[in-house]
Amino acid sequence: MTPGKVKMAEQFISAIPHCKALNMKLTEIGDGFAVMELPYDLRIVGDPETGVLHGGAVSALMDTCCGAAAMSHPASPATTATIDLRIDYMRAATPGQTIRTRAECYHITRSVAFVRATALDDDSERPVATAAGAFTVGGIK
Amino acid sequence: MSRKRIEPVQVIKQRRDGALHSLVHGVPYVQFLGIEFDRRGDELTAIMPFDDKLIGNPMLPALHGGAIAGFLETTAVIGLAWSVLWEDIESGNVDTEELAVGHLPRLPKTIDFNIDYLRSGLPRDAYARARVTRSGRRYASVHVEAWQDQRGKLFAQATGHFLMPAPADG
Repeated sequence: MTPGKVKMAEQFISAIPHCKALNMKLTEIGDGFAVMELPYDLRIVGDPETGVLHGGAVSALMDTCCGAAAMSHPASPATTATIDLRIDYMRAATPGQTIRTRAECYHITRSVAFVRATALDDDSERPVATAAGAFTVGGIK
Repeated sequence: MSRKRIEPVQVIKQRRDGALHSLVHGVPYVQFLGIEFDRRGDELTAIMPFDDKLIGNPMLPALHGGAIAGFLETTAVIGLAWSVLWEDIESGNVDTEELAVGHLPRLPKTIDFNIDYLRSGLPRDAYARARVTRSGRRYASVHVEAWQDQRGKLFAQATGHFLMPAPADG
């Protein structure tokens, strides 16, 4: 993927109001994969006693990253929407740490993109969550 | 054979609404999404009023899949916690004054969550209800339905599995 296309993808993501509200950032994008970050934020805590982030915020990050991976596939769908997404929560994210997720579009047809993702915090050995989903493929070139 | 005296309706309502209020308002992320709960007896309806920051596709415009996921997961967790809490409130096992000052019961933890996006979320208020399909001592299964203008026309549904918090008294 050319640097211009990466820049465009970054701008595309940061123009999404919900992503902007969560301060999500696209850090890497290539042919059928994307890497995104979600900084720790007290506003999106799910358990006030421990300060652990809410699963919903992690879902939002993984959903966006999976969509970006689907759109970055060389078959290049112009638009995409989530058909379904399954998230497994392995452990609580460590409070104060940025969540990083990498999504990969491992198969694409004329109508559907199959994507999976893993979310990590500073401990890159033990995933916080994994996701698998199907996305629509719209306006294929 | 003395029956328990029936309490005035206001006392009951205050206790139930107070417990629900502390459950919902104690979680920052729930406030971030602006989710409120409407209670009729023990039935809860979650409401996510439309807000610009929930948008995921500015062109359509449509709600973000992640915001919808957060909304459904919140509906499931609060619905599940409420169904457990309800028994305790009614039987007097829970100190509602403790709840009111923010000493919340431990919430169930999500093990997995599976969301179906049936149609795009329109830029208006969204509603959801959870049904606890199975509630065991350790695990629970919850189904959630979400709609916007028409109750029968779901725009998303989800099923999740949850780990129940260990009982406080061992």
